[in-house]
Amino acid sequence: MFAFIVTFLFSGGVYLLLTAGSGSVLGFWAPQELWVGLVISLAAALMARNYFFRTRRRPLDYLRRWVRAVAYVFGPFFAELTKANLDVAYRVLTGHMRPGIVRVKTGMKTDAATLLMANSITLTPGTLTVDIDEETNDLFIHMIDVPEGMENRDSIEVEELFSLFNCPSWVRRIAE
Amino acid sequence: MSPWMFVVTVLAGLILLAMVRLIRGPTSANRVVAMDAINTLVVAIMIVLSVVFKQVIFIDVAIVYALLSYVGVLFIAKYLGGEL
Amino acid sequence: MIWNVFIGLSLLIGLVANTLGIVGVLRFPDVYTQLHAETKATTFGSIFTSLAVILYGISKFCQTSDGQYVTLILHALIAVVVLAITNATGAHAIARATYRRGHRPVKAVVDHLEGFSK
Repeated sequence: MFAFIVTFLFSGGVYLLLTAGSGSVLGFWAPQELWVGLVISLAAALMARNYFFRTRRRPLDYLRRWVRAVAYVFGPFFAELTKANLDVAYRVLTGHMRPGIVRVKTGMKTDAATLLMANSITLTPGTLTVDIDEETNDLFIHMIDVPEGMENRDSIEVEELFSLFNCPSWVRRIAE
Repeated sequence: MSPWMFVVTVLAGLILLAMVRLIRGPTSANRVVAMDAINTLVVAIMIVLSVVFKQVIFIDVAIVYALLSYVGVLFIAKYLGGEL
Repeated sequence: MIWNVFIGLSLLIGLVANTLGIVGVLRFPDVYTQLHAETKATTFGSIFTSLAVILYGISKFCQTSDGQYVTLILHALIAVVVLAITNATGAHAIARATYRRGHRPVKAVVDHLEGFSK
């Protein structure tokens, strides 16, 4: 029952988000959109509650994770993305590079955390995720500019890739 | 010419530049990279065009285009990697 | 108008980033470095051209308080999120396929993936 309610609220919220601005009831919605949204969210919640809501966490915990994810995207992630673009501009204009593929230990426990970490690594300065070791969740990344001395080591820690913020700990708090 | 139309023109010119890489290659992986860049630029153009023509539906088309082109790129990548 | 300044600024940033990305795709020597330029620069550029659209929607909504500008803002936001997620994952897929096809990075100083077999 609890899973049903949460799924219903989530799908209803997404429907309202997509149809905002269609009329003037409650501010932004047309009445028929509200009724159709209600029916569709009920149907979606009936069908998808067992897939959408697998783990047993408290609802407040979920809310806190979503808020944290939004804060992460607009704060640390965006700062690293900006820095990555300055880096790319530098490489494009000067052509200076020293490429290599290194193994990075992430230490992430869940698949979602590994995915978020891999995407963050791809959009941050000088790094691109190439492959993954499925057993240990280690990532293989292509670095456009390997620092001196790093090529002699077997693997590096994920914290060494980020200079402005501690993105790995953010990812751990969001998705583990 | 409004600034929005100017932006659309420049982005369309960038698509033509990316097509140089699409045609020259040299490998099929390079071509996929160029195609991915073109897809992103098309999505950006569609979003800007929605302001030029004052049609919100253009952005919905852009969302669907982004998702479909992503599936296409994944499919081509699987094929190139020999996993299909 | 202060809004127009911000809109013009983000359009300019978006155009410069997109141009750098495409020049990188044309200029860099191998697939991996081209992916670097393509993923980061075109994602950033598209985020900023869409941000200009969002700012335009906000400024128009402040003037007219018309509901269709809310639709414009929300849908542009969703498009940006979709673009950021799919671009990063697509780049990952291309890089992996390229490595499996046998292309190695040009002039690489280190390659830990070399001995790692599936």
